[in-house]
Amino acid sequence: MTTISNETAVGDDVDTLQSHPTPGLPVTATVAKPKGKNRITKWLPPLIVFLAIVVVWYLISLFVLNPALRFLLPLPQDIIMKGFIDPLSFNALIVALWQTVIVSMLGLAIAIVIGVAWAVAMSQAKWIERSLFPYAVILQCIPILALVPLIGFWFGYEFQSRVLVCVMIALFPMVNNTLFGLQSVDKGHKELFKLQDASRTTTLLKLSFPAALPAIFAGMRISAGLAVVGAIVGDQFFRRGTPGLGILISNYSSRLQGEQLFATIITAALFGVVIFWLFGLLGRRAVGKWYDFN
Amino acid sequence: MTLTSPAPRATHSTPTDTLLDFRDVEMTFPDGTIALQGVDLVVKRGEFVTVVGPSGCGKSTLLRIASGLEHASHGTAELGTDRIGYVFQDATLLPWRTVTDNVELLAELHGEKKKARAEKAAEAIELVGLKGFEKHLPRALSGGMKMRASLARSLTLDPELFLFDEPFGALDEITRERLNDELIRLFNAKNFAGLFITHSVSEAVYMSTKVVVMSGRPGKIVETFDVPFPQPRDPEIRFTPEYAALVGEVSHALRKGHGHS
Ligand SMILES: Nc1ncnc2c1ncn2[C@@H]1O[C@H](COP(=O)(O)OP(=O)(O)OP(=O)(O)O)[C@@H](O)[C@H]1O
Ligand SMILES: [Mg+2]
Repeated sequence: MTTISNETAVGDDVDTLQSHPTPGLPVTATVAKPKGKNRITKWLPPLIVFLAIVVVWYLISLFVLNPALRFLLPLPQDIIMKGFIDPLSFNALIVALWQTVIVSMLGLAIAIVIGVAWAVAMSQAKWIERSLFPYAVILQCIPILALVPLIGFWFGYEFQSRVLVCVMIALFPMVNNTLFGLQSVDKGHKELFKLQDASRTTTLLKLSFPAALPAIFAGMRISAGLAVVGAIVGDQFFRRGTPGLGILISNYSSRLQGEQLFATIITAALFGVVIFWLFGLLGRRAVGKWYDFN
Repeated sequence: MTLTSPAPRATHSTPTDTLLDFRDVEMTFPDGTIALQGVDLVVKRGEFVTVVGPSGCGKSTLLRIASGLEHASHGTAELGTDRIGYVFQDATLLPWRTVTDNVELLAELHGEKKKARAEKAAEAIELVGLKGFEKHLPRALSGGMKMRASLARSLTLDPELFLFDEPFGALDEITRERLNDELIRLFNAKNFAGLFITHSVSEAVYMSTKVVVMSGRPGKIVETFDVPFPQPRDPEIRFTPEYAALVGEVSHALRKGHGHS
């Protein structure tokens, strides 16, 4: 039996590994700083900015605004007390948040499925791409607001129309990113599969699709943020049924309930941030091992 | 030396079967580039043929035609086997697969059962000296280790004809020499025929049973040299006058071919 002994061969190569770091690896790995210090330098600057904003907020609210106009910028503690902790406001907020979560995530899920399917179809032949891609672009270019009355006509002024707005807003990044991912498969990898006479389906499942995953997850994160926007926008037009955050916002603003209005806006913003972070996490979980997903 | 047991002289001492037969092959690309012209080349069982030639003369094109990735625009290219290994210049490992899963890929594409391909992969990984790195992802491997994995992947096909397109060209000289040595050992153990492309004349003479020299574009074969030294090669032959003389002749032919283009 002819075997190459492992110790010598591989041992030497491990040396090579250290003297020539692989380009794909983050350089920080070799110059790791103490973790605690890292965390402070990471969080301190935004924290300082946050405190500055709060201070300016108080200054404006207390000294610039006429007390009669204070609803334009209520004091932070009033927002917390009246907008968040007050049981009535709290209940309304939770119900609306839940509705917005459902509308946006359902819209996002549909957009992901349609978007990936659309892109996969386009990746199969140039003529399919040529026939379908313009419509993805058009979808992206139509001001959704211009379509809203039509959507109301056709699908009513409730839940399904709000979901539809989410889908339409979130679809393009999914289509575009997935297509880009599928098309940027390495030429050498494609030839490797071609040499083994791999079928179209096999190549799609074992090569193109996994290779496109980083792009797909990047698209998902963009689409998730847009779906939240879509849910809020949809709310403002399709006001029947359980209110979402968008309906709550317009209600509070028309009633000049500044504290509740701010609490709702902050909740919507936090929801957007959480979604962005969550889908970033999902992407890192899914492909972070082999791709620097950030 | 990285060999645990001496390589037995394999049974391919009588080259008979023709595994690759190029007759008057010409390659003109759609844009008018003539990459190859009038190439006649035969690779038989037991032969390890290296091709040297200036950059852009059509060496890669030659292998691409041999593998069926490209079709000759004129002439015939016949294969004596469908078990072909092809090692590209890049390792072309799938970055989301571990070493084992990468090495299993080809068998997987041929629909082999999990158990059979796992066995093949384990054997090939051991053969190229990557044992212990089975679970590593490509990004955690050095360039040399990636090429070993790529080589192992091709080995699972148990190829009769092995095509190498400057496989170790991107590596440092010491690593390259060691991998060349190991390749020759595999050649002696596994009984495949090799068609190996390189830039280095001394590498060509040291490794192969035959050296083919190509001219600059359009690539033609200007001269063929038989290498008389016995296999497996003793690394010491590199310091003999016969070796130096042959290297000189091949270099001379290469320079002459280059000048003509
Ligand atoms: N698809 C193609 N279309 C047009 N020209 C091509 C194509 N592929 C290769 N060529 C040309 O054919 C010639 C030979 O290319 P090839 O890659 O075979 O060279 P090579 O000998 O392998 O070079 P190197 O040593 O630099 O790898 C080059 O001039 C190249 O530009
Ligand atoms: Mg080449």
